[in-house]
Amino acid sequence: MAFGAFATATTAAEPVARRKSPIALLLLLPGLLYLGLFFLVPLFSLVITSLQQPDPVLFGQFENAFRWENYVTVLEQYWPQTIRAFGFAALATLFALLIGFPLAYFVGITLRRWPLLQALALVLVIAPFFISFLLRTIAWKQLFSDEGPIVGFLQALAILPGDAAITGSAFAVVFGLTYNFIPFMTLPIYTSLERLDLRYVEAGGDLYASPRSTFFRVTLPLAAPGIMSGTLLTFIPAAGDYVNASREFLGSTDTAMIGNVIEANFLVLQNFPAAAALSLVLMAAILILVSAYVKRSGTEDLL
Amino acid sequence: MHRPLPEDPMIRSLIAQAKRAQISRRAMLAGTGAGATALALAACSTGSEEVSPAEDQSESDKTLNWANWPLYIDEDDDGNYPTLQRFQEESGIEVNYLIDVDDNNSYFAKVRDQLALGQDIGADTVCLTDWMVNRWIQLGYTQELNKDNIPNAANLVASLQDPQFDPGRVHSLPWQGGFAGICYNTDETDEVRAVSDLWRPDLKGRVGVLSEMRDTIGVIMLEQGVDISGDFSADEFNAALDVFREQVESGQIRNVRGNAYSEDLVNGDTLAAICWSGDITLLNYEAGYEKWKFVLPEGGATLWNDNFLIPIGSPRKTNAEKLINYYYEPEVAAEVALWVNYITPVEGAKEAALAIDPEVAENQLIFPNAETLANAKIFRGLTAQEENEFQSSFQSILLGS
Repeated sequence: MAFGAFATATTAAEPVARRKSPIALLLLLPGLLYLGLFFLVPLFSLVITSLQQPDPVLFGQFENAFRWENYVTVLEQYWPQTIRAFGFAALATLFALLIGFPLAYFVGITLRRWPLLQALALVLVIAPFFISFLLRTIAWKQLFSDEGPIVGFLQALAILPGDAAITGSAFAVVFGLTYNFIPFMTLPIYTSLERLDLRYVEAGGDLYASPRSTFFRVTLPLAAPGIMSGTLLTFIPAAGDYVNASREFLGSTDTAMIGNVIEANFLVLQNFPAAAALSLVLMAAILILVSAYVKRSGTEDLL
Repeated sequence: MHRPLPEDPMIRSLIAQAKRAQISRRAMLAGTGAGATALALAACSTGSEEVSPAEDQSESDKTLNWANWPLYIDEDDDGNYPTLQRFQEESGIEVNYLIDVDDNNSYFAKVRDQLALGQDIGADTVCLTDWMVNRWIQLGYTQELNKDNIPNAANLVASLQDPQFDPGRVHSLPWQGGFAGICYNTDETDEVRAVSDLWRPDLKGRVGVLSEMRDTIGVIMLEQGVDISGDFSADEFNAALDVFREQVESGQIRNVRGNAYSEDLVNGDTLAAICWSGDITLLNYEAGYEKWKFVLPEGGATLWNDNFLIPIGSPRKTNAEKLINYYYEPEVAAEVALWVNYITPVEGAKEAALAIDPEVAENQLIFPNAETLANAKIFRGLTAQEENEFQSSFQSILLGS
């Protein structure tokens, strides 16, 4: 179709030599096909599913309709989990930043003089990826268990009351999210800091700026692209995460996030319209939040 | 943006061409969108037309795919399945034993689209729980069993011959069954005899229950004197659900989990639980002594069965029937039951087991007598509407809303 459009354009205009060669389009074709097949089709299918209505007789069967009430119903029913999801994701992003930034600074700047140590530290940041995050999350569940070492230690110090528990609490879920996303935060910040020209920092000192002021006026702005992509890489998947908050991992009945609701609707309740509507709500909410964030930070050009 | 066009006619025409190209790009996007919608619609068509069973090619194709749950067949130290190996030698059918089922719901979610189209789901026989079998039969996703190929089906115990979901066992035959009851940690807590004992103050925050609605709500209903196999009302179900909600919200119940509830028992998060009989035998075996005691609650336990069925798209039905027939030999059934610690549905298996291991053969959880069985009930099949209603109230408690 696109080729056809080009053809008519040429015949309509004067017979000028066409410089637009179809090679560019040919090269784009695999990407476009991929996007069409694996992004657009599922997206449309999701929209259509989200508007379906249940078959009156058969369980788990749906027929096409235009039931936009599905959206109202799921929002009414599941708004606490939706808000909780974004709250947990925001907290996890904040904590991951507080932990990830110093870590990236240490690896990217402090260790710069010892390349071997730097490489080693970088491997240590990435090393957790070598083990499935499901296993690592289950391991945390064991460590946090009532008769595990952490609860026992905190109880011995009387920091935790005798009957307190960690697994299944909001703390455990935010902890798990933070832990699992620290590498996603650290690596982009590291790449920006690693390229940071230290002469800027020196110049700051030469111009009588305090280290503090140099950090906030020089280092931090130069690390902004990394912080930006780090926070996005953490926040977006964390908001939709359904593993950490799952009852089978670190969560309980009080910690369900929107991902868990979608999972329950897809797999257990087989209520596909509700699950599809929630997925679209999640997608739209993330899109709005992220674009507001990008706009506000005024860093579109950094991305 | 309204700059005058340059004088040069060549550039003019180029710009005009570029503008047209822009529009056509938009048209192309719209076209892609329309194409995607059409494809998506095609993908979404529910395909509710009747599908017919696949043609049987067992004569020429001597293979069989069997999907089952983990730890659900006898296994030796090398990871082989002795009874299954013997079947392969005797019948010449090569069996591909797949540990594919971890949860009734998620397995169904995985294969439902192929079933709706009547396609092969990669399993010629699969063992699923009663209520899920009920759903498959209602949706027409199973093939009828040819009992001529399964003469041993006559060995099926009388109590399971006419379940509500499959009268006369036309589509399904039980593989193994078990109880859902309660258990407690004998080292750390006092005896628990009834479901209401789980709500004791000293167990606050240390009780685990199953995320399988029929088992958890089932034993609570039984405690309240409701016959779960009878025609109970929505009110009776909701009364039990209220108890459950109250205990979850007050924090008495620590967590609601699937198969992984046994981890909580082992790491001490829970001291008592609503649980499945076979698991506790296994946990005690690993602990080396009877650390956890399984109890059939005073109000009654739930009884469930996992059943063989043959999916509509399987082209190897006769092979599957031969396999089922083999596992209905009392000696074979006894061997499996002694290993998996669940209840075998095969008459005469107990006598066969006595010859192998007299002590285990007396275990009420594996070879229950009539008295034990009288105290256990099967959750009745639910209509689609009930299923929707009950499951969504149950799930909303699990999701904390």
